[in-house]
Amino acid sequence: MSTIEAAGHGTHGHDDHGHDGHGHGDHDHPSFLAHHFDTPEQQFDSGKLGIWLFLVTEVLFFSGMFCAYAIFRMTRPDVFEGCSQFLNTKLGAINTGVLLFSSLTMAWAVRCAQTEEHKKLTALLACTLSCAMVFLGVKTIEYSHKWGMGLLPAGYFTYNPANPHPEGGTNWLLYLCMPFVLLLVGVIAWLVISVVKGNKFHTACAMPLTVVCLSFFAGVGLGMILESGETPHIGHAEHASVAHAAGGDAHHSESGDGAPTEPSGPDTAETASLMERLAKDATNTGLQNDLLARKAQAELSGGAVVDSDSEISGAIESVPQEVMTPSRAGVFFGIYYCMTGVHAIHIIGGIGVLVWLLIRSVRQDFNRQYFGPVDYVGLYWHIVDLIWIYLFPLLYLIR
Amino acid sequence: MSSHSHTDSHAVTAGSGHTDAHGHGEHREGYDFAHPIPLWILFAVFGALVFLTLVTVWQSNFDFGSYDVAIVMIIATVKALLVALFFMHLAFDKPFNFVVFFSSFVFVGLFVIFTLSDSRMTSDSFEPVQDEVVAVQPS
Repeated sequence: MSTIEAAGHGTHGHDDHGHDGHGHGDHDHPSFLAHHFDTPEQQFDSGKLGIWLFLVTEVLFFSGMFCAYAIFRMTRPDVFEGCSQFLNTKLGAINTGVLLFSSLTMAWAVRCAQTEEHKKLTALLACTLSCAMVFLGVKTIEYSHKWGMGLLPAGYFTYNPANPHPEGGTNWLLYLCMPFVLLLVGVIAWLVISVVKGNKFHTACAMPLTVVCLSFFAGVGLGMILESGETPHIGHAEHASVAHAAGGDAHHSESGDGAPTEPSGPDTAETASLMERLAKDATNTGLQNDLLARKAQAELSGGAVVDSDSEISGAIESVPQEVMTPSRAGVFFGIYYCMTGVHAIHIIGGIGVLVWLLIRSVRQDFNRQYFGPVDYVGLYWHIVDLIWIYLFPLLYLIR
Repeated sequence: MSSHSHTDSHAVTAGSGHTDAHGHGEHREGYDFAHPIPLWILFAVFGALVFLTLVTVWQSNFDFGSYDVAIVMIIATVKALLVALFFMHLAFDKPFNFVVFFSSFVFVGLFVIFTLSDSRMTSDSFEPVQDEVVAVQPS
């Protein structure tokens, strides 16, 4: 297959990798066509079916985590609502945009591989990679910020509302950035060496990769700017529920104590005192909550100012429990780190295969009969984007 | 659509002075199968995706009660369909690939629905322990 020579870009004079191995005499088998396939189309379709089957396993794999999410959210919607306030919607939205844009450049790259625009293909792959790095950079800010606050899975959860930003903790941002700093140093060293040695192919690979590594730090910077502008709104959920109650909305949250909801009739003094006596029993938490709620209701109707850190919703049947405890918020953050972390691992995996594609595209391996690898990696990249499309509203946008 | 992109690919390969090593085989069976997606479709889909992202962020300012999750999931599913049909070429792909991919969501649906309905039976065992220091504070 003489596409590369015929394309006449001529920038890579050394470019004799493999393509001539089979020579032009081998009519039925161009060098990119494996010997067990009859035609490039058959090879492409087989690979494509394979990658679709892989994507099916990916969907099923993630569905396990979405299922866990659904069970815990169904059991304790209030915990999800309360903890979601700690996720920065701006950062999540920016990351969604970045991933969507990288999907666009990836789909465009597939097109370029088909139309044999080699330079553009390399540029678009580098663009996709840079977006992936920006995504990871923003994620690094999100993670390190939460780890510093002790917002961790149940076993490590140390968040203290009175002291949300403890001094002298580990500098997680530094640790998370370290691998990327090393990567950047390595790639720059590679670039310098290849420039000095005059190896054009290596230089052409290392240059876009340097930009890619730098864009991680652009992502970190972007995340820092957005994160500093927003302090987590502690107690937001409580505000909301007080507002509801004041508005006369009988907001029924699924309270864990399972107290039967009774219509609130006019209280007589004796039922109140009876309840107070019963509530002396420390195990009778349901009734204790009920009493607290009634008190709050009385305060509200009396026009008393409710201070903002009150945990009492004021609705008769519900007293929101403290959600920022290891067993409640810890479970939410366990799910959060699991889902976003596995997603981030997929991004890192995608970066790996995209770098491979980038190097091959510099080598001009792809043409209109052999663009399968670009297409397959593209499909994988789109499914990673697709999963984030669901993750973003389900985790960040809970009111 | 398919025929348009077909001619498109021909135009591009002809334009770049492509000479086929197989000479006479310009329309050879199994060698001419690339159907590049027109760029305007890619940009239109990207625009729609960004727009839907803005919508989904904007709607979170309102309280739709229990419909919240449904609204969010519908928007996300529309976005996912756009990505799958155009970015992942499923709209132009072999129907079998579509069936394979779609079947995974059927099984995800079965999995999630049955697990959720089952967890309703046993949800007490999922209840987290009460581990705050003081369960009820005097107000």
